[in-house]
Amino acid sequence: MMASLFNNIPLMIMLVGALVGIASSLVGTFLVLRGTSMLSDAIGHSIVFGIVVVWLLTHQASGPLQIIGAALTGIFTVFLTELLVSTQKVKKDAAIGLVFPVLFSLGVLLINLYASDVHIDAHTVLLGEIGFVWLDTLPIGGVEVPRALVSMGAMTALNLAFVAAFYKELKLATFDSALAKALGFAPTALFYVLLLLTSGTAVAAFDAVGAVLFVAFVIVPPSAAYLLTDRLWKIFVYASLIAAASSVSGYYLAVAWDVSIGGMMAVMTGVFLALAFVLGPRYGVFAQWLERRRQRELNESRTLMVHLYHHEDGPEKAVENVTMALRDHLMWDPARAERVVERSRQRQLVVQEGERLHLTQAGRNLAREILEPGAKAETGA
Amino acid sequence: MSLDALLGDYTLQNVVMGAAMLGLVSGVLGCFAVLRKQSLLGDTLSHAALPGVCLGFIIAGGREMGSILAGALFTGSLAALVMLLLTRMSRLKTDAALGISLSVFFAIGVVLLTYIQGTGNASQGGLDAFLFGQAAATLRSDLWIMAGVSGVALVLVGGLWKEFKLVSFDAEFAATQGLPVTLLEALMTVMIALAVVVGLQMVGVVLMAAMVIAPAVAARQWANKLESMVMLSALFGIVGGVTGALISALGPGLATGPLIILSLSSVVLVSLMFAPHRGFVWEILKLQRDRRQLRHQRVLTTLYQLASHHADRQYRSEKRMVDAYLGTDSRRALERLSDRGLITQQTPPSHEPGDHKRWVLTPEGCREAERILDDLGRGGRA
Repeated sequence: MMASLFNNIPLMIMLVGALVGIASSLVGTFLVLRGTSMLSDAIGHSIVFGIVVVWLLTHQASGPLQIIGAALTGIFTVFLTELLVSTQKVKKDAAIGLVFPVLFSLGVLLINLYASDVHIDAHTVLLGEIGFVWLDTLPIGGVEVPRALVSMGAMTALNLAFVAAFYKELKLATFDSALAKALGFAPTALFYVLLLLTSGTAVAAFDAVGAVLFVAFVIVPPSAAYLLTDRLWKIFVYASLIAAASSVSGYYLAVAWDVSIGGMMAVMTGVFLALAFVLGPRYGVFAQWLERRRQRELNESRTLMVHLYHHEDGPEKAVENVTMALRDHLMWDPARAERVVERSRQRQLVVQEGERLHLTQAGRNLAREILEPGAKAETGA
Repeated sequence: MSLDALLGDYTLQNVVMGAAMLGLVSGVLGCFAVLRKQSLLGDTLSHAALPGVCLGFIIAGGREMGSILAGALFTGSLAALVMLLLTRMSRLKTDAALGISLSVFFAIGVVLLTYIQGTGNASQGGLDAFLFGQAAATLRSDLWIMAGVSGVALVLVGGLWKEFKLVSFDAEFAATQGLPVTLLEALMTVMIALAVVVGLQMVGVVLMAAMVIAPAVAARQWANKLESMVMLSALFGIVGGVTGALISALGPGLATGPLIILSLSSVVLVSLMFAPHRGFVWEILKLQRDRRQLRHQRVLTTLYQLASHHADRQYRSEKRMVDAYLGTDSRRALERLSDRGLITQQTPPSHEPGDHKRWVLTPEGCREAERILDDLGRGGRA
């Protein structure tokens, strides 16, 4: 039963993809919220150097040693970047863009020179081979389990444990770093641990999706989730769901079109982001457009109410409180005036009597609210 | 290979010319990106060129340089547009928008790349070269296209020099002067995409970011004016590019991109260390000079104050006394001050106890000490 589960190749691939996405999102959420997303790009590239060096030293292509060694390279990258920034000779963005290409270049050259015969060829470095994760297995309790599944599972558990254990501290350090420092929570140390886990995740995910696609899994699902909600824990839930959905849909599309599975999964995270961007309930482009339209309509009715209220008992009532006057005095074109009056009639703010417009009690209250804020609305006529 | 044969080698000529062109363009355009704190935009645009490369390949049905570069320019600009939309119309910050554009466009590129491989097109082998660059694969016809793109970019920079300068340093002021700032910024972004396009063949999409950043950062250490910075940056770009490309062409199986980046990064490192006024070495030397000068000043004013205490401008101070005052050995400082003629050594009358050598301020020394103390705002005259 278990064996048949682990022999199910499509399931294994999708599971690994989902775990890459979930583990990456757990750390990526904080990177995105802190405005340091591009560090994942730097880490993703520079661990190539670490992976090659560890391989040259130990001839181990995977395992805990590999993950730790390469993860230290990730931290080293960030440290070097920070060092460069602290000299004030180079701006932060330029420093990131200077450090990781050097380490990445060294990594690629080392592969070219010494390691071209092993599985880490330059192509895999960039693209990963998630389609072949089932080839490399590890016997656990008599069952052959894909190695990538084990390492990604371990990384996911580790990230989850870290986020769960330091949830409050991470939250505070992310949203108010100064307060966290004042309260003695060492936000910098916390951040470096986070980056260490990011690097570890990058190494574990490396075989499956490669250096660059890893960036997609770190940044895109949390960003999409961030467009959907304001609660931190919900960002984790949504990001994980998006990662899993991307993995499944990406797998089937890749198989259908016979293209890179990892690439298609990453493309799908982008598709979900685009959906969140357009259709998000509160921050989506469509929702914002609706909100703007609602505001505009509200403003129009308010303008009309105030105009009518102003002249309600005045001598110019006959001239002012007619549809014609809206065109001349409020500078509304006839179509717009027509629309506003119609909408206000439907909402029972005005009644029309021939050409004349009369406020209802509700309309009068709306106008009063604006002209005399705080005054109690009258209920009787 | 003799130098003569080396210079006559057709492939090598292409490589050197291509690398020089790339260095020139990315050096010049990179300056504006770095000054506008948009260094990582180059990273995003270059990764986003991959789908364009593949699209150009698919449309042309083969490795057609013109259509590949046009595709790269198109998707690069599209990625910049997506990034702009994400930052303007959602709550995502610039870094997230950059990362999203970069990774998703690259993913699309990977998908297209595998699609092309799946179709079994015979000439698809050349496409992998665009990942890390393969200078040796450069054809003379490729060079003409690269030269055309470079020419357009450089003419644009030359023609809009004042406008670009103003927008780079003070966009708000530029707007008040009635310059179309948004248009100019968009143009500068497109030009980074142009630089990326020129570099695709040489450096590849992954490392193009550093190609844009490194020469400009190195040049910034040496120059304080935009004119000289751009010139230097172009020079560094050319030198780094040609060096890297040459090493790559000589060694077997070495990707060009990493070598160019490493040689450029060495230039950056040297600049950070040794550039006058800004380099680390310079700073350390200046720090030491300042410290030494301060020590000399303290010794001199101590002598002056001892003289003031005794109401005697010719007061003969013992070295031990100065040492005790300052808590350090003052021998070298006393010698240096003596060399400068600010103090002289005198032998006291034999009946006085203590050292046989005493230090006395010269009139110049007195004036110098008074000047220092006046500068400090607490001068007490003897």
